[in-house]
Amino acid sequence: MMDEAELRRLSAGHILCGLAVVVSLGVPPFLFEDFSLLGSHLTWLCVCSACVITVNVLLLLTLKPNPSTKRSSFTHKVNKLYRTCLYFFVSCLLFHGIIVLYGAPLVESVGETFLFAVLLSSFTTSRCLCILGPNFHAWIRVFSKDGAMSVWDHSLQITTFCSIVGAWLGAFPIPLDWDRPWQVWPISCSLGATFGYVAGLLLAPFWIYWNRKRLTYKSR
Amino acid sequence: MKVGPAALSCCCLLVQVLGLALFLRGFFPVPVRSQSRKSSMSEVPAEPRAGTASNWTRPPAALFQRAVVLLIDALRQDFVFGAKGREHMPYITQLMERGATLSFIAKATAPTVTMPRIKALMTGSIPGFIDIVMNLNSHELVEDNLMWQAKQTGKRVVFYGDDTWIKLFPKHFVESDGTTSFFVSDFTEVDDNVTRHLDDVLKRNDWDVLVLHYLGLDHIGHLTGPHSHLIGPKLYEMDLVLKKIHSALISKDEEASLPSLIVVCGDHGMSEAGSHGGSSDEEVQTPLILISSPFQNKAGTLKEPEMIQQTDLAPTLAVGLGLPIPIGSLGMLLPAAVQHKSMREQLRFFHLNGYQLSNLLRENLKAYEKDDGVEQFKKAEKLHANWIKLYLEGNTSEVLTNLGRKLLRQYLEALQKLSSSLSKQVAEYDIYSMTVGAIVTLEMFFLLLLGIPSALSSQSQFDVPLASPVCSLFFYMTCLVLAAVHVIVCTSAENHCFFCSLSWMMAMGILGFIAALLCILLSVLATIIAKHKPSNEKTNSSMSAWSELDLLLLVGTLGHVFSMGASSFIEEEHQTWYFLVNTLCLVLSQDMCRKYFLVRKRDKMTLPDAARGAQEDVYISDLYDARKMELREERLSILERFIKDNEKWIALMSPGVILLCCRLLRPINQTGIQWVHRSDFGHWLTSSDHKAELSFLVGICLVMIFILIQGKCSLVSKAALLFGLLGVYCYRAAVGHVLYPWQQNTKEITKGITEARFVYIFVLGILISGVKDLLKAHVMRTDSTARIVGLWEVYSGLILLAALLFRPHNLVVLVFCLLIQIILTMFVWKALKYDAAQITIMHYWFGQAFFFFQGNSNTISTVDVSAGFVGLENYMELPAVLLTAFVTYSGPFLWAVHLLCYLSGETNKTPTAVAHGCYCYAILRCLPVTVYILLVTGLRYHLFIWSVFSPKLLYEVLHLVVSAGVCLMFTVVDKNQVASSDV
Ligand SMILES: [Zn+2]
Ligand SMILES: [Zn+2]
Repeated sequence: MMDEAELRRLSAGHILCGLAVVVSLGVPPFLFEDFSLLGSHLTWLCVCSACVITVNVLLLLTLKPNPSTKRSSFTHKVNKLYRTCLYFFVSCLLFHGIIVLYGAPLVESVGETFLFAVLLSSFTTSRCLCILGPNFHAWIRVFSKDGAMSVWDHSLQITTFCSIVGAWLGAFPIPLDWDRPWQVWPISCSLGATFGYVAGLLLAPFWIYWNRKRLTYKSR
Repeated sequence: MKVGPAALSCCCLLVQVLGLALFLRGFFPVPVRSQSRKSSMSEVPAEPRAGTASNWTRPPAALFQRAVVLLIDALRQDFVFGAKGREHMPYITQLMERGATLSFIAKATAPTVTMPRIKALMTGSIPGFIDIVMNLNSHELVEDNLMWQAKQTGKRVVFYGDDTWIKLFPKHFVESDGTTSFFVSDFTEVDDNVTRHLDDVLKRNDWDVLVLHYLGLDHIGHLTGPHSHLIGPKLYEMDLVLKKIHSALISKDEEASLPSLIVVCGDHGMSEAGSHGGSSDEEVQTPLILISSPFQNKAGTLKEPEMIQQTDLAPTLAVGLGLPIPIGSLGMLLPAAVQHKSMREQLRFFHLNGYQLSNLLRENLKAYEKDDGVEQFKKAEKLHANWIKLYLEGNTSEVLTNLGRKLLRQYLEALQKLSSSLSKQVAEYDIYSMTVGAIVTLEMFFLLLLGIPSALSSQSQFDVPLASPVCSLFFYMTCLVLAAVHVIVCTSAENHCFFCSLSWMMAMGILGFIAALLCILLSVLATIIAKHKPSNEKTNSSMSAWSELDLLLLVGTLGHVFSMGASSFIEEEHQTWYFLVNTLCLVLSQDMCRKYFLVRKRDKMTLPDAARGAQEDVYISDLYDARKMELREERLSILERFIKDNEKWIALMSPGVILLCCRLLRPINQTGIQWVHRSDFGHWLTSSDHKAELSFLVGICLVMIFILIQGKCSLVSKAALLFGLLGVYCYRAAVGHVLYPWQQNTKEITKGITEARFVYIFVLGILISGVKDLLKAHVMRTDSTARIVGLWEVYSGLILLAALLFRPHNLVVLVFCLLIQIILTMFVWKALKYDAAQITIMHYWFGQAFFFFQGNSNTISTVDVSAGFVGLENYMELPAVLLTAFVTYSGPFLWAVHLLCYLSGETNKTPTAVAHGCYCYAILRCLPVTVYILLVTGLRYHLFIWSVFSPKLLYEVLHLVVSAGVCLMFTVVDKNQVASSDV
């Protein structure tokens, strides 16, 4: 059955995530001199990733979307944390690799490419890590066709899909000969990913609400 | 009438090719030209006369003793007239201020590329788009031009600079030194190469015309753009060169009877990005400065330079040097350049120019007499005769001068009108032919589209209701209407229209065909609607069953088609395909993960998370252990056993490997426009310093090719293949691409004709043996292995041909192509069961990507014409065209043939696979062409129509022709297959 309370908690979480992006746009101008989204894009990439990851961790601590077994030892927790960090780093490398395979230059502008990979990871992997934990099998389940088992799974599916499609679509303006500042690598892609992410965050609760009759989750 | 999908798609493509031919005929009007003829001194008309004979019947003498043409590549208008010019070109600025010069802004026409621009400067004509394509092979300029005329009249021409000139005008120069513009990164040496001759040649007196073409500025532009700090010093260097020439000529002027002339000009401009080729103002506007002492008396303040056409230089130079005006010239004499001469001479020059223009117009326009310019010219000619009569009678009053001035104005007006109506001739579309061609194409496309449901069904038959047009009133009505439209259009049109000039029977046949097709389309549509009404819900539910792959294939195909509306996406089309192929690989790897990690997902849904993972692993390993046991029983080679043992991991890795291959292929050939000047691996390899590396690579590639394709061939063709590949290496060594390993010092380079013919023999042998096997399969009817072997042999024969014809570094591309094909068939399609349609689309995408991987682009310049000369003593039209087409389209073609091999190998599973594949292939090719001709028709007044859209149109149409050939092969094999499966 559909859990209304769960959905409400989900929406609150999404709003917070969205706010993280807004904060990353609004706060840096007060901290750094002559900060602009296009001019100092690398700074923004760092700030935005950091904000999004922070909010995700906060959400994990407060909302507890995936209540796990309570009695876990300290070493277990440390182990889990270690694996989480490792997974995140691996996902950054993986995204970097995929971006390079898509044609990003291998040697020049490595920093830009890697920070873009970090941004994508913080939009997708960090959320997965917070909600599902470093559990590879759970990931595969969630990201396979009709494998979602809770509103959180659905929200993950939607936001991840939207971010990646956003980044994908963001690559299209690059070959156009308009000579605009936002066509510079990787600005259009990272903006596309951000738009996709925010759109996914906004879309997910509504989509789940509209389809609530169709989505019957098995009891956990 | 029932037809198979393969036959239907083949017919549709063939008819579409005809429709497109008609469209192209309308789209590319035959340019203004009189190719073969050249004007000669004896044809120069005498002065017009009335009554008394004029004593000026001989061609006028030259105005200048000698001329220097200083052509600075990519010299933009503001580099001289703007702030940059004032800062960095002090000498020329000073000259312009003193009034010793005439300065103009000359407008070039697209394509703003060096070679057509040189032609425009020297012939005065606008090279039509089709001209550039047609002259791709013949390097020498055959049209009437200044260099030829100069040589003919015994002028001695000296040339230093870009070697394009030497290609265009071989043996025209008494002395020349060409520099190649191959290495764009070099911008000092190319110019030093020119300047070092300067001191010597300026000292001497044994030349009449000196042409200097400096390339450095263009290279700087390409590398760093028009605002780079390198531009200033380069402009200053050019200024110094001009100063040197000018001071040398001034000292010569004192001895000579006639003054000398310096022409400073650019061939094209430079865009803000630093490149050229398009038609933005920065690329089109070039400075033109004439420097000579007679101009000095017309001093004045520095005023805005006048806007003229680049083509105006040719008649001006011709008159200046006392040569006949080139016969195809559209330009008009610059009045300022002859102003210092007497009125009688000036009138004579303009009369010559007008005479030449009106002659040219007569050859190109039917309603020539009615033309406004011609009428005015005739009038002016009469007045001119009267003026001469008065003049010869000794009348020297003020009246005569005023009359002369008025006459001059009249001549100028007539020239302007003549010139403009001539240039209009170039740019007129034949809309009616275009429309008819487009309608035929569209109807074929819709027929294919409407055939999808029945053609791709399991029985795969399409019912063409041939009877419907014959007995319907609608057909006859449409015929009548079309005939009426035809008559109205053809009688009212003033300009000549190709479709109207067809014979009456032929035109009516085509119109009847169009009407019949329309009826067929409507009746097919009606049956489809009637069939599908009750089952509307079914289609809805089937939509949600689409996988990500289907979605990607649909979105990618449509997205590519619509991206062609933007010129940048056409220029950078390779990016689209690389992007799509990459995404395809990622989706494939996702499907692969799903297959291997989520076995029997449904059963496990109820289990809790943690338990599931463990159990899945157990399950999967059980499954594979069992399979391994099974396989051990069989006797396999070590490699095959290794593959079988690790099937899961190899399959999981294979999309990644393909991705990696694609990424490695990218930097081998940089194509497109924006990033084309990035250094690429191909140029590095082909430069003469890296011959050893290239030889090694070519050797490795040839061995790899043999290993990758020998597996499925018969023993005889294996041997033939081996010899053929050896022959390829020998050929490369003979032409000097690579070294023999046993022979360090290079011997003399030959054309490699024997070696190439040696390879051709083996290619033919393999192809014939393949066809023989196919025929055997057809006759025996049961032998399906013979057919597979036959097809594979045809395929390997084509690979061998490609290995011979490709540029040496592109052998790497060929190897990667084979490697990806093998990975796809062995691992990906074995593991993931896709249907024929999906596999066809994926093959098509890879084929498109390989079209660009091998270095092609959507500009004409990347066509590798040299392939047409391999193994031929001299230029022969048909083989050269076929070989060039094969090399250009070898990427898509080889992938299509591979698809055929794969699909007909799968025959035991689905007998309709080949037919379905063929149908999908036809639609995939048909869709972009059809949409593109509509787009091009809509964009025909776009700024980039000649530079971007037209070359793409030619590429698309040629690709369709190639695809029609592919579909023919599919149809033949399919027939064969159906026949044998019947038994
Ligand atoms: Zn040029
Ligand atoms: Zn250039």
